[in-house]
Amino acid sequence: MDFPEDLKYTKEHEWIKIEDTMATIGITDHAQDSLGDIVYLELPREGAKVIKDEPFGVVESVKSVSDLCSPASGSVVEVNDALVDSPEVINDDPYGEAWMIKVEIGNPGDLDDVLSAEEYQKYIEEEK
Amino acid sequence: MAPFAGWNMPIQFTGVIEEHNTVRNQCGLFDVSHMGEIEIRGSNALEAIQLLTTNDASKLTNWQAQYTIFCNPNGGIIDDVTLYKFNEERYMFCVNASNTGKVYNWIKEQVGSTAEVKDISKLIGQIALQGPLSLEVLQPIINKNLADLRYYRFHEDSIGTTQSIISRMGYTGEDGFEIFTQADKIKNVWQEIMSSGKNFGILASGLASRDTLRLEMGYPLYGHELNEKTTPLEAGLDRFVKLDKLTFIGKTALEKKKEEGIKKRLVGLEMLEPGIPRQGYHIKKNGIVIGNITSGTFSPTLKKSIAMGYIETPFSSLDTELDIMIRKRLVKGRVVTMPFYKKTATNKEEQAYIKDESLKRLFS
Repeated sequence: MDFPEDLKYTKEHEWIKIEDTMATIGITDHAQDSLGDIVYLELPREGAKVIKDEPFGVVESVKSVSDLCSPASGSVVEVNDALVDSPEVINDDPYGEAWMIKVEIGNPGDLDDVLSAEEYQKYIEEEK
Repeated sequence: MAPFAGWNMPIQFTGVIEEHNTVRNQCGLFDVSHMGEIEIRGSNALEAIQLLTTNDASKLTNWQAQYTIFCNPNGGIIDDVTLYKFNEERYMFCVNASNTGKVYNWIKEQVGSTAEVKDISKLIGQIALQGPLSLEVLQPIINKNLADLRYYRFHEDSIGTTQSIISRMGYTGEDGFEIFTQADKIKNVWQEIMSSGKNFGILASGLASRDTLRLEMGYPLYGHELNEKTTPLEAGLDRFVKLDKLTFIGKTALEKKKEEGIKKRLVGLEMLEPGIPRQGYHIKKNGIVIGNITSGTFSPTLKKSIAMGYIETPFSSLDTELDIMIRKRLVKGRVVTMPFYKKTATNKEEQAYIKDESLKRLFS
């Protein structure tokens, strides 16, 4: 299981790459592993508003449906449309090619409660 | 692993799509020991079975099996099962795990005074070897010639040193074998088959791929397509309901329903737009709910979303376009024939069987 040090994490198993006020969001290696083969992805449109702790999309594996939760409020400035066409990439490269959306964050304080790689790793070990 | 009907079930081993494709192209091994087994013995066994089930058990020869159904007096499905005939005085039902207690009690209540009924589920383990290479994998570790074992027949043989019952059938649409053995010996049999299958690319397979495989074939699953409020006629299982039999529980109700006309029917649906229908989702036509989804998945073989569901009869004809409500969104689908997956069978009898299955599913 992989936990890149330069990323932040949420308890809903999303990763966030923060660059100034821009957050790139995807789901973690642990999340893709628990879901199994991912076959469907629904993402918001460019320009859509996302709200902290509310669903912005849906990811489905063969067996189950899961909401994607936004770690911060803001507006979507870029969407990985190619990923919607090939959602299996999430299983292969969750931290790279499988980024989902880029969000311009309205209030940087929204991200105060995200976890470091170490904290997230500890959290999922406790969750087991 | 996930809990189900008191068992810990292996959902997947290497991954559902890989396991699914391996069963379609090579073979996979499933532990289905959760299935229940109920024995019926005695000189009145056949009479008891004829009363309890919708299919005609008198047609069975020794060492032959049939798919059959237990109905309640209203024609609702108590369980769908496989019946094995050993001889005139010894039969065995293989029943759904979640229904084992219910079916056992039902049999006891109805025929317990005339036939000997025994729940032997705890003593018996079951594994299913499925896929086009199943015969090649199993043959080297048994004694009898498997090519002589016809579809829906079974015989006794030993696997390694373990006495087993080997039946030729399955729940995947592929050639294969379902094997019963003493529960405490199942591990040996599992290992024997896995090691024989190594050179054939065998994979341990979980219940998630078992579900996608059966769905591609349009096989119903109890708790999804079948329940006590649904009749076998609505489920398209007419072929297993012999209304010309003298009597069976539920016969009068089913005859009446047939005469009145079947109000809803089980159909196969394929999605015309992205989205995966799941159990419980509404099916709509012109904004009005006309049915609901009972099973749905992304089909690994066909690479599109497929589903089964009940819809009101007037909308059940082939090619009818419908909307499926997927999380507040209407997604277009279409009624199609089942099985969704039409295999190129190598075994002639199996090919004939599958053709028969497809014909049966052609709803008017």
